[in-house]
Amino acid sequence: MEHYISLFIRSVFVENMALSAFLGMCTFLAVSKKVQTAIGLGVAVIVVQTITVPVNNILSTYLLKEGALAWAGLPNTDLSFLGLIVYIGVIAALVQILEMTLDKFFPALYQALGIFLPLITVNCAILGGSLFMIQREYDLTESVVYGVGSGFGWALALVALAGIREKMKYSDVPDGLRGLGITFITVGLMALAFMSFSGVQL
Amino acid sequence: MAIEAKAIKQVLVKPIWDNNPIALQVLGVCSALAVTSKLETALVMCLALTAVTACSNLVISTIRNQIPSSIRIIVQMTIIASLVIVVDQLLKAYAFETAKQMSVFVGLIITNCIVMGRAEAYAMKNGPIMSFFDGVGNGLGYSVILIAVAVIRELFGSGSVLGYTLLTPIKDGGWYQTNGLFLLPPSAFFIIGFLIWAIRAWKPEQVEESN
Amino acid sequence: MSANPNKESFVRTIIVAVALCLVCSVLVSSIAVMLKDQQINNALLDKKKNVLVAANLLNENTDIESAFANIEQKFVDLSTGQFVEMAKPQSYDQRQAAKDPEMSVAIENDLARIGRRSKVVAVYLVKEKSRVEKIILPVHGKGLYSTLYGFIALESDKQTIVGLKFYEQGETPGLGGEVENRNWLALWNGKKALNDRGEPALKLVKSIPQNDYEVDALSGASMTTRGIQNMLDYWLSDQAFGKFLSKLDVKKGEA
Repeated sequence: MEHYISLFIRSVFVENMALSAFLGMCTFLAVSKKVQTAIGLGVAVIVVQTITVPVNNILSTYLLKEGALAWAGLPNTDLSFLGLIVYIGVIAALVQILEMTLDKFFPALYQALGIFLPLITVNCAILGGSLFMIQREYDLTESVVYGVGSGFGWALALVALAGIREKMKYSDVPDGLRGLGITFITVGLMALAFMSFSGVQL
Repeated sequence: MAIEAKAIKQVLVKPIWDNNPIALQVLGVCSALAVTSKLETALVMCLALTAVTACSNLVISTIRNQIPSSIRIIVQMTIIASLVIVVDQLLKAYAFETAKQMSVFVGLIITNCIVMGRAEAYAMKNGPIMSFFDGVGNGLGYSVILIAVAVIRELFGSGSVLGYTLLTPIKDGGWYQTNGLFLLPPSAFFIIGFLIWAIRAWKPEQVEESN
Repeated sequence: MSANPNKESFVRTIIVAVALCLVCSVLVSSIAVMLKDQQINNALLDKKKNVLVAANLLNENTDIESAFANIEQKFVDLSTGQFVEMAKPQSYDQRQAAKDPEMSVAIENDLARIGRRSKVVAVYLVKEKSRVEKIILPVHGKGLYSTLYGFIALESDKQTIVGLKFYEQGETPGLGGEVENRNWLALWNGKKALNDRGEPALKLVKSIPQNDYEVDALSGASMTTRGIQNMLDYWLSDQAFGKFLSKLDVKKGEA
């Protein structure tokens, strides 16, 4: 149990997807103007990440890894080179299914999240989560924890940035820096602050 | 022919300063931050991304009239993913050291918004040759920023460029006190932020409206 | 667009999807199959290179394969300290084994903070006929952010360090990341990792090293330094390589 808690904390703060791995930056910078929308996107990312990382873990363990096809009588097959296309396929398919399910059964939630779901397919934090999971060789339980943690970490960073940007509307920024430039510098400062978590020993 | 050459030049050069994918369109930022602590990895990344963008634009534009719009996105995704796998496999075979340092970031070209964005915004509407050059141009625009950031980070962070020592660090018996901040990922944000400032000071029409 | 009025039809969609899948799968698989050998070769070559660097056997001009010719890979059961034969020496993966409850043990006094370690470990011996000249041992342990993986090479007296090489680490660049700095690693040459009783005795010190049992620590990287210290204390102790080192007969190359 302790192991999983420490993995969770680590994936939220120490290895934060947005601020220490710098993934999902396009959406991170584009959808952080308002706290309200940031929360919507954040929740959508957590949901998708929580599902895709374990699903990709199962696929990798039973289909792609070297020797993973032993149950089908093919112990020497190594399909890991297909990893990338399988993971992105899973992500695209899951996002689509999620969209349809929400539309059918939870129309209110769909209204709130709807516009963000298609954006998530090309959010590299999602694909990155799966790739890091493979690289670090997490098992199934670990991948569930990692999925939730990394999604939550990304959402947290997004909402925090949106909060700062809402306040920053009132400050007088030099012309050339206005908008994108100052956002980069703000994110840089946030990333520095998040680095201090890395000294946390768990 | 003269007109076409001019048009090609236009699509090649425009994304570099006037419509830079990173500095103006805010696309493909993720990898710009993660692989720039050394010029070598940045160069390989630029090559890989430019190749993928150009080829995917070419392929998608060639078959654009055959793609049903209902499965348009997944078709684009499949083509891009296949190209990225090819690049990934090639790098692992012929540039093993660099590929190891770049770890997952080669794979993440798939979700690099530049590739997808150009496929959707340009290749679906224009002919193959122009699309190819549009891909190259956007790849170059991305490369300019990446290389600039990488040169700054490597020079001030480790006193060298492309592994050749220019400023001998104190640790190796020289005089230069290396600035560790530049090796840390957050420094890339500051550098890109200031690069954007510089570009916009030079081309004021890119300045954003205050709200 | 109007040139293809039927392109939105169901059959058409399926045809395009299937054709695309076929083309892409042929392309991707043929590339992967063609380059597979080269890739495996690269990974192997990289490992050999790291072993050679640790043993100080690699110069600018040496060919890796020929330099590796008189290095022998052996497997050691750490609980007995004796050599064992592996069924599949090529595919044995120590990191995988460390996760498998069958093939690993939990570490009691976990100095290196790695949790479990595999029962069997691959070591490398530089041999001159049957005599062992150098012993190269794999070590790993937690630093500040990351797990550091490396090789430590010892002389045939089983005490003196030939060299050290970390091939995988994610410490702070410029501070802890300096574990890869050649000038620092060169300080290790000739130091003594173990004392005469075969116990780990090397200390990383923040002052000027006074004797062969002390190495100058990395400045500004206390946690990484502590990690390396703990890693060596663990791997060279009786819990890990201690038994093997005391059993190893360097003249005959047996254990």
